[in-house]
Amino acid sequence: MHRKFSEFLIEGCIRLSGVLCIGFVVLIFLFLLKDALSLFGVYSPAKFLFGTQWLPVSKPAQFGIIPLVVGSLYVTVGAILICVPIGVGAAMFIGEVAPQSLKNILKSLVEILAAIPSVVLGFIGIVWLGPFLKTTFHLGTGMCGLTGSLLLAFMALPTIISISEDALAGVPRAYREAAFGLGATRWQTLWRILLPAASSGIIAGVMLGIGRVIGETMVVMMVTGNAPVIPSSILEPLRTLTATVASEMGEAVSGSEHYFALFAVGLILFIITFIINLIADMSLRKARK
Amino acid sequence: MVNATAIIKTENLQCFYGSQRVLHGLNIEVVPNEILGVIGPANSGKTTFLRALNRLNALNPAYRQTGAIYFEDQEIRKIPDNLLRKKIGIIFALPQVLPVSIYQNIAYGPKVHGITNKAKVDQIVEEALQKAYLWDEVKDRLDLQANRLSGGQQQRLCIARTLAVEPDVILYDEPCSGLDPISTAKVEDAMQKLKAHYTQILVTNNTKQAARVSDRTAFFLMGELVELTDTNTLFTTPKDSRTDDYVTGRFG
Amino acid sequence: MRSVQRQQKIAFTILGLMTLLFVVVPILLTVLYIIVNGGKAVTWEFLTQQPRNGMKEGGILPAIVGTIILITGTMLFALPLGILSAVYLVEYAKDNFFTRLIKLSVVNLSGIPSIIYGLFGLTLFVGFCHFGCSILSGTLTLAIMSLPVVITATKEALESVPQAFREVSFSLGSTRWQTVRYCVLPYAIPGILTGTVLSLSRAAGETAPILFTVAAFYLPRLPRSVYDQVMALPYHLYVISTQVPNMPLKLSFATGFVLIAIVFLMNLTSVFLRIHYRKKKTW
Repeated sequence: MHRKFSEFLIEGCIRLSGVLCIGFVVLIFLFLLKDALSLFGVYSPAKFLFGTQWLPVSKPAQFGIIPLVVGSLYVTVGAILICVPIGVGAAMFIGEVAPQSLKNILKSLVEILAAIPSVVLGFIGIVWLGPFLKTTFHLGTGMCGLTGSLLLAFMALPTIISISEDALAGVPRAYREAAFGLGATRWQTLWRILLPAASSGIIAGVMLGIGRVIGETMVVMMVTGNAPVIPSSILEPLRTLTATVASEMGEAVSGSEHYFALFAVGLILFIITFIINLIADMSLRKARK
Repeated sequence: MVNATAIIKTENLQCFYGSQRVLHGLNIEVVPNEILGVIGPANSGKTTFLRALNRLNALNPAYRQTGAIYFEDQEIRKIPDNLLRKKIGIIFALPQVLPVSIYQNIAYGPKVHGITNKAKVDQIVEEALQKAYLWDEVKDRLDLQANRLSGGQQQRLCIARTLAVEPDVILYDEPCSGLDPISTAKVEDAMQKLKAHYTQILVTNNTKQAARVSDRTAFFLMGELVELTDTNTLFTTPKDSRTDDYVTGRFG
Repeated sequence: MRSVQRQQKIAFTILGLMTLLFVVVPILLTVLYIIVNGGKAVTWEFLTQQPRNGMKEGGILPAIVGTIILITGTMLFALPLGILSAVYLVEYAKDNFFTRLIKLSVVNLSGIPSIIYGLFGLTLFVGFCHFGCSILSGTLTLAIMSLPVVITATKEALESVPQAFREVSFSLGSTRWQTVRYCVLPYAIPGILTGTVLSLSRAAGETAPILFTVAAFYLPRLPRSVYDQVMALPYHLYVISTQVPNMPLKLSFATGFVLIAIVFLMNLTSVFLRIHYRKKKTW
């Protein structure tokens, strides 16, 4: 029967699509692994993971990722230190203090921020923020880790704000009613009861924010300078894992050691963000229960 | 007594949701063209029994059953789900109309069974509405959104919708629980007139309705079939004291 | 107690000021900065002409066209696959380990950095499949990246369709696919549309996935086949702000303006669709 066969076909496609989701994750991992392993055939993984020199074009080439890891760490920690207090505070204001009309406006603004492409923020970093920081802090160059951290903090705000807001709103009504019933003010309720109760959700949001920041490429590539060396402070140029892959892949000859090294860096990034997102998702799910 | 002409028969039917047993060892037979009333307090398994007959329970992932159900002497597990449900239709407690017009609601059934010829569908729609005693009230506004009808009209629309796929059996799951007395009377009227061509099973919380409408009545209590006999006997001289207690209102 | 009330007032004021100074003002300033500095240079010629003199003069038409081509291709690949996957998860999948694995995969796909998608696209489509640096490679890469958003939006749309509709459909004797096709999908389309436009607006602004898979800095003519490379607005902005010496800032701002305008337009469309369909809901 014609109808039965076409239905069988489309149900097959539906099931296949479900499977493909797993397939893509596995495929991405495998392809990264394949090319990364090509590096480890000729270059020691220990030197890769713990080496402090990233000199892909010197002879012999050095592929130690510590400078890149430290670079990523600096911008990430810097960004998180800035955006978590601001984000959680803004979430508290939007969710619990602002009247409904103001709330809608603020939420729309946050959505606008979430929509701004990263390359535009990187551009603003180059033409305004970098020079501004350079003159304000008397730096050698405005293209440094701090510029990156500030822009990344800005980019991660929507994630932190919306998840914190959800976490606060998800605290059972009974908690609020109990607190008010005991005579607490809205602030006391918010600070002492709602915030701690929502903390696991907020932490999950922070982890997701970390994942986003670590994985961001364009902004850091455009504003953090181009120095794959271990910086002595956040006010110096540095290089992250992501920016390294993006900026050097154009020059690496396909199939060369450098090419495989960049895939190895990609593999590290994949694993880091995989773990962070896994933890974040599990915490979010636990928090929702 | 095994009645060889029973249209539906269950053998030791047990139904579970997860680990909770909802129906214990049910053996029941439904006679063709009768209206079988099923009464009992809440959570007696009446609805579970009903929905087991057309395998709607299977939509719930926690559902399990043991034992067998036969439709026209064939085990229903051997009949494809969609064909079984075509032959055994169901009317839900709250009128569930689709958010489309009256015409489209009724035409939905024929459409999924492959009838698309407009003239034929028009005919089916008219016949179904006639049989459900709704035709006169809606015949010149078939394009009206179905959810603009009154509760009673919507429920009769659901009956018409079920009739449009030409079932052999119609199941009613407390169909008048949301309706006023006049609408209820119209639905019961329709049920009486449908007897000639359909077998009907009516689950109801309203014992008086069962007394009015059904030929035989079954009394369920806590997942067990306590008594099944013709309606008059059940309500006047029931064999089991529990039945007597329920129909006289000592509990419920 | 008055001091408690005062404490609340101080705390709320601090929160409000913090939100104003560090959230509201920067967002507004950022957008205004681009609009004010770029708006003047966005002329009709700018939008419709080819670039000249190494990008320092002329227009950005090929970049606009390229971005539109990429968005369209992404939609063509991501939409069917995303919708079917979501249909599987909501309407067909049983509650078992395999299903949880699929859901986990979707979550992970959404967390993968965009540069990793770029690497994946490079090694799978450009290299392994021999598509080369082309529209095909670029759109396939962007499509996989957009998949999680389409799937999540479709899932929510499907789950919001009342279970009663499905019961009615099944009870009239339809198969599962018929129920999905006639009784579920039509009512999920608004949510699916909204989510798709949102995911495409993100794809339009992405640079990292197209760096090695399709983007070119200068192409003498518009693309003719899916195997051609293409210019794209995000990539164009990146290159002119980092690698073109003596680039007139006005044009860079204008490019940023056009990019933001396209992304915001798509976002607004998605919001508009959401509101429009909520009003039209008949259930």
